[in-house]
Amino acid sequence: MFDALSDRLERLSSSLRSRGRLSDADLDEALGDVRSALLEADVELGVVNAFLAAVRERVSGDVLTQSLTPGQQVIKAVHEQLIEVLGATPLKVTYAAKPPTVVLLAGLQGAGKTTAAAKLAAWFKQQGRQPYLIAADLQRPAAVEQLRVLAQSIGVDVFSEPSSPIDVAKKGLKEATRLGRDVVIIDTAGRLAIDKALMDEVRAIAKATSPDYTFLVIDAVTGQDAVHTARSFHDALELSGLIVTKLDYDARGGAVLSARGVVGRPVVFASTGEKISDFDLFYPERMASRILGMGDVLSLIEQAERTMDADVVAESAGRMMSGTFTLDDFMAQLGQVRKMGSLGGIMKLMPGVTKEMRNAASNVNEDDLNRTEAIVRSMTPKERRDPSILDGSRRTRIAKGSATSVSAVNQLLKQFSEMRKMMRQMGSGANPAMPQGMGRMAQLAARGAQRGEQLPPGFEALGAGMASAVATPRTGGGKNKKKKGGRVTPPKQR
Amino acid sequence: MPDLLVRDSAPMPSLVDNAATLNQRLSSSRGVFERVRSISGASELSSGDLAIVEEVLLRSDVGVTTTNAVLEELKTNGAPDGVTGALREILLNSLGADRSLATTADVDRVPVWLFVGVNGVGKTTTIGKLAKRHLDAGRTVLLAAGDTFRAAAADQLELWATRTGADIVRANEGADPGSVVHDAIGRAFARHVDIVLADTAGRRANSTNLLDELSKVRRVADRSPGQVVETLLVLDATTGQNALSQAREFLAASGVTGIVLTKLDGTARGGIVIAIERDLGIPVKFVGIGEGVDDLIVFEPVDFVDSLLGA
Repeated sequence: MFDALSDRLERLSSSLRSRGRLSDADLDEALGDVRSALLEADVELGVVNAFLAAVRERVSGDVLTQSLTPGQQVIKAVHEQLIEVLGATPLKVTYAAKPPTVVLLAGLQGAGKTTAAAKLAAWFKQQGRQPYLIAADLQRPAAVEQLRVLAQSIGVDVFSEPSSPIDVAKKGLKEATRLGRDVVIIDTAGRLAIDKALMDEVRAIAKATSPDYTFLVIDAVTGQDAVHTARSFHDALELSGLIVTKLDYDARGGAVLSARGVVGRPVVFASTGEKISDFDLFYPERMASRILGMGDVLSLIEQAERTMDADVVAESAGRMMSGTFTLDDFMAQLGQVRKMGSLGGIMKLMPGVTKEMRNAASNVNEDDLNRTEAIVRSMTPKERRDPSILDGSRRTRIAKGSATSVSAVNQLLKQFSEMRKMMRQMGSGANPAMPQGMGRMAQLAARGAQRGEQLPPGFEALGAGMASAVATPRTGGGKNKKKKGGRVTPPKQR
Repeated sequence: MPDLLVRDSAPMPSLVDNAATLNQRLSSSRGVFERVRSISGASELSSGDLAIVEEVLLRSDVGVTTTNAVLEELKTNGAPDGVTGALREILLNSLGADRSLATTADVDRVPVWLFVGVNGVGKTTTIGKLAKRHLDAGRTVLLAAGDTFRAAAADQLELWATRTGADIVRANEGADPGSVVHDAIGRAFARHVDIVLADTAGRRANSTNLLDELSKVRRVADRSPGQVVETLLVLDATTGQNALSQAREFLAASGVTGIVLTKLDGTARGGIVIAIERDLGIPVKFVGIGEGVDDLIVFEPVDFVDSLLGA
């Protein structure tokens, strides 16, 4: 799924690069893929459509940023929108001026209400409160017993009696007041939203206890039906928010967005396991990434945006062209590449990276990179600026310092000088379209890497970094001349 | 950004009456859901027709991949006798697996039905209902309370035993589920009980440890004199695409032979079982349609497909 999606997004990006703004056609294609992703995540169809319409409105006509492909830019906007929707109008639990604060839990059978009630009690206890549980699920056999066992394990008292759910709730509330408990949690029986009698009953419980908070407990593996459930319970009970359970399953949890989308109330708590402590406040960011199911893509987008320091790259690029590229520049470049994590991953992200280059990058071995870095770091600053002074004894010292061999040092230096020669040729090639020249260099580098050890590890990736940096001079830093024909970098509108 | 994404989403493309239970749906003689029916009988399908079919399938939790496959089949086959008929045929072809139930074991062995599934799908309730069914069919039944993890799970099963008149073997919470099942089979064998229904703890399908534990319980249950003749995966009809991975993992861990689709009396349609049967060949055998002891019926593909399409 992820691979297919990222491939499609990439195709999208290569065909669209030259344009300056996101067009409707770009959006159609990118959002079509996002639609599938959301549906696979169980977001309800109507919610998917409404959500995508909102995204479209948000990004339509946006200028393209220089660091991302159009496909990535759309994904980023989708992700931001998801976080915004999931995190809008957060609910902070406050306590009633006149205790106890009453919390009512409702939901379908099997959603996890009883477990959630106990977990919630433990959470309140951790907040320094004195919770009290009311077991008003008299429907399911042994539900009261289940709550008693769970409550005992966390040292919380449970009230119940074999009368009617409404009487249990009323009496329990009275008992909590008598005992001076400041939070009361009422567990109710699971019920179907279409079961009128049972929905009337839970409404009556709410009326009798006037809860400060009414939470719908919803299962993260729920499918399209989440909207019916959420809407029906909201209509009956005026929900304050949602508690999502079973987040330890491998479901993507689109039901959370569906429910959130139709009731307009926040998700407040999330349950992530069978243990009482597997329960916490809800974090929209995590959920957004999960629903979108593109965690890897998202983290790479983020890294690319954060760490690609265009100034550093552009300055080195300028020197590269003028033939004064030194091993220091090389180290700076290498550092940039490393900051972004795995080479293969980052190459996927870079605009203008060809398949050959990506293959070359994935051939780069982290160990080789480490060795190259160790060798360069074992040189003095003077040596790095002017490798020609490196005689036999210096090379022996460097080999020792980097725990490599003299032949490894020799090989690196030979490759570096060839690389520099190549750059100089290209820089003086009077080629008006430098980006293409850079691309060619990168391709040469890539081919070199495939042939064997022609270029030092990291150089080929460097070529790719250069290509994008030269094509998009951010500050005009260094001696790099601004070129026409590259992607422009207009200020971000938003 | 407004809080509400959707104020009034389109009604579930289906039934005349959304609140109809499956029973009502099944007994309804009304025609197929209006929009599908309104599609003309031309063999060339318009993109509008396909969009409606897509919506019906997606909203029933059939899933994107299976929906696309069905749409492809529709396009290839065309719909000379109307889209509804063509769609119905494709879906019924997807539900062609053998649905027979094994209630007997080899000579000198006790047949065991093992119930597996994630938390909260209704395993224990299903066992209670099936106990009644077997008793009604004249078989003696012993329940094995193999869910030793969830608080009061054994109590819940015991209430079902009392309610139906089945025998039960249980142990304390935290006991080894394998040993409970072993004891139950020993007792069933000694007393010539006709069938053992073994409960297991609900477990998520993405935990190797929990699935390994389940494999072990199954091995114990299948050791002579026990013989596992059915391993039934209990699946909640409200479940979305995760049901497919549940089925895949439980199949690998415990050799699932059939599915019990529960909670089909709500508004959820359980369309994911079509994807499961197409991809993994696991047939649905029973359908749960309520909390009452008799609210469990044998799965009928025709009824299911018709209810999916809104007939």
